[in-house]
Amino acid sequence: MAQMNMKEAIRDAMRVELKNDPNVIVFGEDVGKVGGVFRATEGLQGEFGEERVFDTPLAESAIAGMAVGMGLQGFRPVAEIQFVGFIYEALDQMFVQAARMRYRSGGRYNSPIVFRTPFGGGVKAAELHTDSLEGLAIQTPGIKVIVPSNPYDAKGLLVSAIRDNDPVFFMEHLNLYHAFRQDVPEEAYTVEIGKANIVREGADVTIIAYGLMVHTAMKAAEELEKNGVKAEVIDLRTLLPLDIETIVASIQKTNRAIVVQEAQKTSGAAAEIIAQINEYAILHLEAPVLRVTGPDTVYPYAQIEDSWLPNVDRIVKAANQVINF
Amino acid sequence: MSKLPYEVHSEPVTPLSVLSPEGEVVNEAYMPNLTDDQLKEIMYRMVFTRTWDERAVNLGRQGRLGFYAPVSGQEASMVGSEYALNKDDFVCPGYRDMPQIVWHGLPLYQAFLYSRGHQHGGQIPEGVHVLMPQIIIGAQILHATGVAMAFKKKGEKRVAITYTGDGGSSEGDFYEGLNFAGAFKLPVIYVVQNNGYAITTPFAKQTAAQSIAHKALAAGVRGVQVDGMDVLAVIKAVSEAAERGRNGEGATLIEMITYRFRPHSMADDTSKYRTKDEEGEWSVKDPITRFAKFLEKKGLWTDEDTARVKEEAKATVNEHIKKAEATDKMTVSGLIDSMFETTPAYLEAQKADFQ
Repeated sequence: MAQMNMKEAIRDAMRVELKNDPNVIVFGEDVGKVGGVFRATEGLQGEFGEERVFDTPLAESAIAGMAVGMGLQGFRPVAEIQFVGFIYEALDQMFVQAARMRYRSGGRYNSPIVFRTPFGGGVKAAELHTDSLEGLAIQTPGIKVIVPSNPYDAKGLLVSAIRDNDPVFFMEHLNLYHAFRQDVPEEAYTVEIGKANIVREGADVTIIAYGLMVHTAMKAAEELEKNGVKAEVIDLRTLLPLDIETIVASIQKTNRAIVVQEAQKTSGAAAEIIAQINEYAILHLEAPVLRVTGPDTVYPYAQIEDSWLPNVDRIVKAANQVINF
Repeated sequence: MSKLPYEVHSEPVTPLSVLSPEGEVVNEAYMPNLTDDQLKEIMYRMVFTRTWDERAVNLGRQGRLGFYAPVSGQEASMVGSEYALNKDDFVCPGYRDMPQIVWHGLPLYQAFLYSRGHQHGGQIPEGVHVLMPQIIIGAQILHATGVAMAFKKKGEKRVAITYTGDGGSSEGDFYEGLNFAGAFKLPVIYVVQNNGYAITTPFAKQTAAQSIAHKALAAGVRGVQVDGMDVLAVIKAVSEAAERGRNGEGATLIEMITYRFRPHSMADDTSKYRTKDEEGEWSVKDPITRFAKFLEKKGLWTDEDTARVKEEAKATVNEHIKKAEATDKMTVSGLIDSMFETTPAYLEAQKADFQ
């Protein structure tokens, strides 16, 4: 077992799948020789050659559209979109062409593609590098959405995504790439898409989060513990399909919940989760489910991003609000 | 104004014609190598396609077809370009390009089902190498680029071909696709059927480029311009482009100068944006008339042949529209099951609302 940070685990997922399946292919801007701007594909071109790991010209729609075409001919493309904001250039190819291929062809064709992209705030990056655009993706029928929070899950989920016969939008939080190391098996293994993980057990309130916010929620849970509040923290891991069963089971125990996301408040993942809680668990609730999110503005320039993003204090406050309702 | 010494130059292009509008051979050197039977087969397909188009327009008026983009006038560019391919070459069509995918192997009743809004229209049979018609203008250009990349990586001697119109050549995906094909030297053919109008917007308002073929220069791929009303010129140009692709010489952009005799779609009115004079000028260039004259001179075709093919086409269309109409309707639960390989629980649960 090796110690890996999340970036290394992601690279290792691509490495084991490039090894396992000759149809797996990795491409995008700068992913070849240097291994991407974050080095998530570092060494892969050296190991597997330029035929299978290669740089493309700078055009996101063509990267995604080429993946769709290659997917029609038996390849399993892992296409990197260099930064999350650049998916806007590729939305038709990702969210229409790939996501609708199975439907439009009545199952004759499919798009076994992983669109990887770094996202997420707190790293003082340039504009449009750090937005949280998962809300756009979960409203798109036909594409799965995965947001890992740690190295072990990242590798297992990415292996699952590469093996999946439907398109997957795989979002990698920038602040998690080098955040910490974990034991990660060197061989291929999978983490099931659509299964959440209870990362802390508690009986008083459920905190639902994904990506980096899982760690912020864990810190908030520690703070709450100091006042005797036992928070249960759910790491969703996958936003679509959403593991509503795990959420409902937790709420049946805690009767209270808050949802934390970096994205803006309106619509999006948190809103959808609360709608589903209403649908499946309303009689178990003792308080309204609150959201801890960014405000409904554009993601800000770096100077104020730390104030913009959800933090421990805001999560603790929201948790106390639902507990004292 | 004189050219700057450091200015990029491009020369005007003359479209390739093999036949004059009177059906005379004007360019023997570019005559494709075809047997008499092949020449007759090409004529058969063009007449069939014209009749099918006429019938489809009427079926649309009767409410028996849904969205339909007429093709009359473009038979040479459509039928000819497909005829020049191998059956295992891959076709990525725009929405008007039904003839290419039907002649490439899609059963006609499925083309009708697509028009009628039925998912089975897109269930391309095994062994038929085409995509469903694309609605987003230009999106298919990138799919052909990816298919060509796959052929190249697998070392297969196959080409991908994709079609768009003069309007489509203004899309970002058009430029991105051309540029990728140049950079990766891909076996792909980009056909632009320049029929003069993007719905109603005339070509003059579409671009300031010297021609659409010239746009290939910027991407470093070969660009050619062809008389799209001359099926022999079309076949020559596409065969040559396919040959280049198979030989690893890269992509070709082919601009076919053509004209659609009918409106953009059944909801369009050409009298609002083109003149009768213009329509008259193009009607004398009719690709079927021109090719018929050529064949008649060779003793390969008569008016009786045309009449016979028309009857055959009408009967075939009739049979296939009936088959399309007899096909069971789509269901919401079937739709739900076509979203993912395995329907996730949340979607499975949604079926209950539609039973």
